[in-house]
Amino acid sequence: MNSVIDVEGLVKTFGSTTALAGVDLTARRGAVLGLLGPNGSGKTTTVRVLATLLRPDGGRAHVLGHDVVAEPAAVRSRIGLTGQYAAVDEALSGTDNLMLIARLLDLPRRTARRRSAELIEQFGLTEAASRRVRTYSGGMRRRLDLAASLIGRPEVLFLDEPTTGLDPRHRNEVWEQVRTLAGEGVTVLLTTQYLEEADQLADDLVVLDRGRVIAAGTPATLKTEIGGQRLHVRPLHRADLAAVTALVAELTPDAPIVDATGGLTAPAVEPGLLHRVGARLDEAGLTVAELGLRLPSLDDVFLTLTGHSAEDAEATTEEAAA
Amino acid sequence: MTTASRTETAIRPVTSTPGVPAPVHGRRGPSALRHGATLAWRGIVKTIHSPEALVDVTLQPVIFLLLFVYVFGGAIAGDTTSYLQFALPGVLVQTVIFASAGTGVGLSEDLHTGIFDRFRSLPISRGAPLFGAIGADLVRYLTSGVIMLVFGVILGFRFGTGPLAVVTALGLVMVFAFALCWVFTALAMVVNHPRSVQGLGFLIMMPLTFGSNVFVPAETMPAWLRGWVEINPVSKTADAIRGLLVGGPVAGPAVQALIWAAGIFAVFAPMAVTLYRRRT
Repeated sequence: MNSVIDVEGLVKTFGSTTALAGVDLTARRGAVLGLLGPNGSGKTTTVRVLATLLRPDGGRAHVLGHDVVAEPAAVRSRIGLTGQYAAVDEALSGTDNLMLIARLLDLPRRTARRRSAELIEQFGLTEAASRRVRTYSGGMRRRLDLAASLIGRPEVLFLDEPTTGLDPRHRNEVWEQVRTLAGEGVTVLLTTQYLEEADQLADDLVVLDRGRVIAAGTPATLKTEIGGQRLHVRPLHRADLAAVTALVAELTPDAPIVDATGGLTAPAVEPGLLHRVGARLDEAGLTVAELGLRLPSLDDVFLTLTGHSAEDAEATTEEAAA
Repeated sequence: MTTASRTETAIRPVTSTPGVPAPVHGRRGPSALRHGATLAWRGIVKTIHSPEALVDVTLQPVIFLLLFVYVFGGAIAGDTTSYLQFALPGVLVQTVIFASAGTGVGLSEDLHTGIFDRFRSLPISRGAPLFGAIGADLVRYLTSGVIMLVFGVILGFRFGTGPLAVVTALGLVMVFAFALCWVFTALAMVVNHPRSVQGLGFLIMMPLTFGSNVFVPAETMPAWLRGWVEINPVSKTADAIRGLLVGGPVAGPAVQALIWAAGIFAVFAPMAVTLYRRRT
């Protein structure tokens, strides 16, 4: 059995709001599955159902072959969960937080102590280990939270927006840890609303919008299938932008889009476009800082798939909630 | 602590501890107790690490005690010494009521911060987090009660009975606080924010503690108020505690206090547990 997480037609409603409207997904052993979508798209609800915190209203969900509704205890003993907010006790020290979880997992006291110390060291918390978590920075809390979910050596790890609110340095640290875990064979289901994060970490992606799966596949497949390649040009001098735009427009079917950095992108349909654009720029004596073909960003993917950007969807959800 | 050294440690395998056994499950009865005890340990360590929480529940009654003894005491009882003898037993009851409201606030915080989600994702009995929290709070009730007694003695309170009676008095206030904590637990399960639990808890505590004979004898009150004060469980408990600490009738008010406690427990404990199961 290769799929570690197996979800079919999952439905969950809260009152009149449909959080999940029939979600299907699978996660391969040892892979990072990214669940991507804006706020309110059903990512957290999916994780909560899979982590046995929420009963679904319809559909089936299996984790490591166990039904999450019928055999929650069997699922719980083999998963780790790091929720959206660091679920650590502020009044306890870092070590005590880990000891608490270790003892609840029935590790003998000595093993619990060794395991806690090991994770404290691994997550770079040695100096803060005996300090109360209240004094920790946001990044330290997240690391401790992640450490706490690893005490029982879970085979499946659920990370619900693990880097929301972290600065880039701490975000990179969490990413590094996730890669390490996946390298050790832990199956990771990670939700994120950061397209870059999904791109960086996920082996497979499921894109959710309003409780439905709107796309699934590897990041690369999604990009090539949906977006296609794009030509990107940025003139060295901003003054040349209009001239460069006009030149590119002659060679591409759709009008180029100018972005905030003073560059422009256009769909690159025909082969050899890059050469011809380069030649024409030379002829015209226009100097460029950047010229190349790019895969679309996941932001572009989302726009193509839903017809609205991730931010728009968020605004709509908030309006609906208000 | 440099980034380089952290990256170095990061590539060590997570699963390196030899001999970490897979978690043991299925021993439902004893493991529920063991996990409850572990979670109670957490609550106690928490109290030790943040004594301000204990100060919170003790300081308010201390201020009331000082205020009533020195500002109103002379007017109510003729002199402050005899007023302290009258008021301290009731303030002891008030203290543990405040402490039992803290149970609701603490549970609400745990729900709010997501730490309950973590507990629930572990293979432990569903009730362990609730019973562990309440177990730890029993220790907190006792501690705050003892602090109040010591403070009373410092102010000049004199016991009119023996040590056994004092221990019984502490036992009785703990029974009452234990019964009442289910009210605040139920409240914590229906209200979304710890601050709201505190606010609504205050609305429950006010008529209970001030609409009682804790500070002023019921005889001085208008008839409509006296009707409530005389049946108020806090008055009954305070009467029994007075008997146990100062001297006087104990059995009558104690029985009524215990009936009240049993009644509150019988109504609110099942309600709180049902709400807890629904919420978690």
